[in-house]
Amino acid sequence: METRFSQRRQRLLDLKVRREGQIPAPARLAGPAVFEQCPGCGEPVPQTQWARGPYVCPRCGYHRPIGGYLRLSQLLDPGTFRELDGTLTSGNPLDFPGYEQKLASARRSTGLAEGVVSAKGKLCGIPLVMVVMDSRFFMGSMGVAVGEKVTRAVETARKAKLPLVIFTASGGARMQEGILSLMQMAKTAQAIQKFQDAGGLYITVMTHPTTGGVTASFASLGDIALAEPGALSGFAGPRVIEQTIGEKLPEGFQRAEYLLEHGFLDAVVPRDRMKETLCSILRLHGKGGAARG
Amino acid sequence: MADHSPARRVALARDPGRPGTAQFLEALFTDFFEQRGDRLCADDPAILGGVALFHGRPVTVLGHRKGKNLEENLACHFGMPTPEGYRKAQRIMKAAEKFRRPIITFVDTAGAYPGLEAEARGQGEAIARCLALMGGLTVPIITLVIGEGGSGGALALGMGNKVLMLENAVYSVLSPEGFASILWKDSSRAQEACDVMKLTAADLQELGVADQVIPEPEEGAHTDPQAVFAAVDEALSAALRQMDRVGDPAQHRYKKYRGMGDGWLAVPGKENK
Repeated sequence: METRFSQRRQRLLDLKVRREGQIPAPARLAGPAVFEQCPGCGEPVPQTQWARGPYVCPRCGYHRPIGGYLRLSQLLDPGTFRELDGTLTSGNPLDFPGYEQKLASARRSTGLAEGVVSAKGKLCGIPLVMVVMDSRFFMGSMGVAVGEKVTRAVETARKAKLPLVIFTASGGARMQEGILSLMQMAKTAQAIQKFQDAGGLYITVMTHPTTGGVTASFASLGDIALAEPGALSGFAGPRVIEQTIGEKLPEGFQRAEYLLEHGFLDAVVPRDRMKETLCSILRLHGKGGAARG
Repeated sequence: MADHSPARRVALARDPGRPGTAQFLEALFTDFFEQRGDRLCADDPAILGGVALFHGRPVTVLGHRKGKNLEENLACHFGMPTPEGYRKAQRIMKAAEKFRRPIITFVDTAGAYPGLEAEARGQGEAIARCLALMGGLTVPIITLVIGEGGSGGALALGMGNKVLMLENAVYSVLSPEGFASILWKDSSRAQEACDVMKLTAADLQELGVADQVIPEPEEGAHTDPQAVFAAVDEALSAALRQMDRVGDPAQHRYKKYRGMGDGWLAVPGKENK
């Protein structure tokens, strides 16, 4: 019985990964090789190799952004994915012209309902809550729905006494939802605080790019802070800083390696070592860092 | 209340003659002792904080400080705090909790300082810690938005149990210039941005962010500061009295911010609450 359910859960996740459209259908992979240029080194890399990476350049190690469902499927134990609040979306609090249409087209092109996916699942047999932001959806910006999904996931982890892992990727607060987007920073940060006060383990993984209101709220509050190689993270974006100081920023500024050097990260972890790193941290925290509720 | 356009209110909120945190501090409080420094490496003058008496009662006062002249403004980055400022604020708020003092915060900043050094020392982390800290504080926080409430740099002092706004104060996710630049790639369309952003005190009350709007003289707070001080004094006294009746300020605050934007969720049903 349990196997049938877990098979169904896995099929659902596989389907969602397919709908994200990043992993090409098997039929297309069987055809003639399609090349995509690496944004890092500019070399052409066959699509098959991108998909195998996943989305890490085999030549220079550049980490391309990947979809929320794809990342979950790479990390969670097969058949353990249970999505939380998969259909939650937000309205148009500012009556911002054209916002609904833009949301609809983002939903079509990414297969996502919003810029974040949250799920219960298992990692190396340890039950946990995992949240993944997706920068392809409105730059992963945080509006009311993203803030609500993150908050609900944190509260679920607290009540179910599970550790929490969040992969961040965001351009910051979502402009189109105005001040209510800003308020999501308060909402998510206080939920994290409550979870941590209850003894819960919270691991953040910054992926490229994590900026603005997400950096200045839940992304910076991890008990353990990790990042993918080359991921840019900061409060102000590089363009704004350059305008302020009137000069070019140094090479590597605000990148993961720079943040590690400046004391804001525990480690920079390549994508192919992420799963084992997370497993080892979870094991080191006894019962996986379960909240006391 | 006056019938100003949002853009006019933005201009009034930024008027250099408008009373700032230091002026409110002097007018409304006595025996102020300034607490300086983050106890790590520096003292950021863009954050002004300390202990004072409000009608004889010890309170912690904290606010953004804009300079009165160019020299002061260069020292405090025109009221835009660095991470050291936010870390000083955290220290002062923790002391308030230890000594069971209510916290009164004055919000008046264009935003956190977006400089190279500020980033290198963790501007995002410093703001995030302010929010997490305020989320759990067991003493009441009353926030007064007196001028510009710009972005995360404003919110870092703004998580009040009660949020009171002066009539011509504004509060937004980003400055209208930044908003126009991000959404329309044209910062000169700031005027237009003011109209769509819903950043006036009345808008914020409607959106559930501000609890009360304090009226100002027709042409702005700077035309009759004494009248504004009196109105703020009265509103603040009332807000403190209300909070004295709240048994658990931390829970009260959690509930307030937990519900931010609730009315705009497209799929209702809060099964995880």
